[in-house]
Amino acid sequence: MSGLAQASVAPAAAEVTAGGDDQRPTRRSWTAYLLLLPGALWLGVFFVLPLVQLATVSLQSRFPGFPGYYYRDVNFQNYVSALTDYGPHFLRSFVYAGLATFLAFVVAYPLAYAMAFKAGKWRNLMMICVVAPFFTSFILRTFAWSQILADEGWVAGILNFLHLLPSGHIINTPLAVVAGLTYNFLPFMVLPIYASLERADPRVIEAGGDLYADGFTTFRTVTLPMSMPGVLAGTLLTFIPAAGDFVNMELLGPQRGKMVGNVINDQFLAIPGGYPVAAALSFTLMAAILVMVFLYVRRFGTEELV
Amino acid sequence: MTTTTAPASAPYRPSAAKRAQLWLANHFAMLSAILVLLYLFLPVAYTFAFSFNDHGKTNIVWQGFTWKHWQDPCRVAGACESLVTSLQVGAISTLVATVLGTLMALAMVRYRFRGKAASNVLIFVPMATPEIVMGAALLTIFVQGFSNIGISLGFGTIVFAHIMFCLSFVVVTVKARVQSLDPRIEEAAQDLYASPMQTFWKVTFPLILPGILGAAMLAFSLSFDDFIITNFVSGNESTFPKFVYVASRRGIPAEANVIGFSMFVLAVLLVIGAQVVGSWRANRVKG
Repeated sequence: MSGLAQASVAPAAAEVTAGGDDQRPTRRSWTAYLLLLPGALWLGVFFVLPLVQLATVSLQSRFPGFPGYYYRDVNFQNYVSALTDYGPHFLRSFVYAGLATFLAFVVAYPLAYAMAFKAGKWRNLMMICVVAPFFTSFILRTFAWSQILADEGWVAGILNFLHLLPSGHIINTPLAVVAGLTYNFLPFMVLPIYASLERADPRVIEAGGDLYADGFTTFRTVTLPMSMPGVLAGTLLTFIPAAGDFVNMELLGPQRGKMVGNVINDQFLAIPGGYPVAAALSFTLMAAILVMVFLYVRRFGTEELV
Repeated sequence: MTTTTAPASAPYRPSAAKRAQLWLANHFAMLSAILVLLYLFLPVAYTFAFSFNDHGKTNIVWQGFTWKHWQDPCRVAGACESLVTSLQVGAISTLVATVLGTLMALAMVRYRFRGKAASNVLIFVPMATPEIVMGAALLTIFVQGFSNIGISLGFGTIVFAHIMFCLSFVVVTVKARVQSLDPRIEEAAQDLYASPMQTFWKVTFPLILPGILGAAMLAFSLSFDDFIITNFVSGNESTFPKFVYVASRRGIPAEANVIGFSMFVLAVLLVIGAQVVGSWRANRVKG
């Protein structure tokens, strides 16, 4: 919101100031390029260039008669086979990541709310508690979930006692994958929501109560809209890594019915000559995510994302 | 409405039901927050508990208590070597990414220039790209392009990649701090005949230092815990997360739990220490 306002005000301001002081803006912009150059070069060489290379690989063609060999070409067949052979994998990735994002939002909001408005002097301690678990390696924690959710574990025990599990298992089911994804990216949801709630004035929320709105109405019409930039950033920071993840599926999920991340990883690292199709899969994943991000930001958006 | 004749002097007091509801509402948030924190710590508690497991081939079911994994966590081949690699990668990547990112953040906030919108996109898109895509892209260029100029997969390529994905997060973190700074403070320094360099080192830098340190901590934790990109670009080199992942195929040894939990304790102590020093400094400035 404020970012958009700034963006539209800045050019006007530039015109106004440029009249009085000709020399300053040019000198200043040269300094800006010098400051920007090393980082931009790094991103150019190790982000943009690799993506260009990946794009050319995704268009290579198969050498007839030589399995695993490819030559440079502009061939969209890899994209066709990526979508037809691995459509279900894409669908699973987006559904599981979407569910995990929603669950993470439900779990994260009360915590972020309590940190912003109720914690008082405990605020810093709670902040440390949110980040601290993530200093234990994320693979170790995911592995710990495979112990917690194991058939002999207490979670499966309780749920089976209540007859809530149709198959009798959690581990090696999509449910365990969604649970792992929800857990692993939770701080990325908590911290942006907390940051935007912290900036909000609690008196505005109290005013909702004073005007006889019940708790839910106050939340829906006052609190939630005020935290929207944080919710937006949080959902993106959760959904994007979750959609590309393969570790949770590998450690917690079933043997069959993998996500697109598993396919890309296996094609690149385990299957010789799998590069072109895997590159096409990577690009399709990235394009799908960028389009979704764009539409999502357009729909709910603010300029300042993070 | 106008007919109600409440005594004007009585202070507003919500009804008992309203108060009970408010009390519940207040404590509901805090109560659920505590539950969520317990949930966050549950796997860490498991990691800690199973570091004492006297396990056989796999460390999945509890089999009995032992101190032996804590006595010599380096006993398992590769565990401590990979930890040292991770610490080295983390230190170098953090240093470079923090310096480059801080410079970029200063340029983005403090200057107007042609290509600013494009720079914004260049900084934002790496954060919106799934790690697996970045890993795949880096692998193709390292294997098919940069190998021609003598770069092969290993320690160096891990560091190159880590600097790249930490950079955007540093820029965003430092940018927020620079934006919250009142430009009039710097203008005041200029008015008092400080040179641009003096203004930066005596005024701007100390004020944005907390943001820079926060960004460095974020960069280190991102680098230290990265697995997906590292797995693509590491070749035969092994970092701690890669060691754990490879071991998970056969069963993670309890020594990995010992190292993982120790790093957790160390990081928490560091963060708390930084907080204490920070508040001590703030008090001293005030007093």
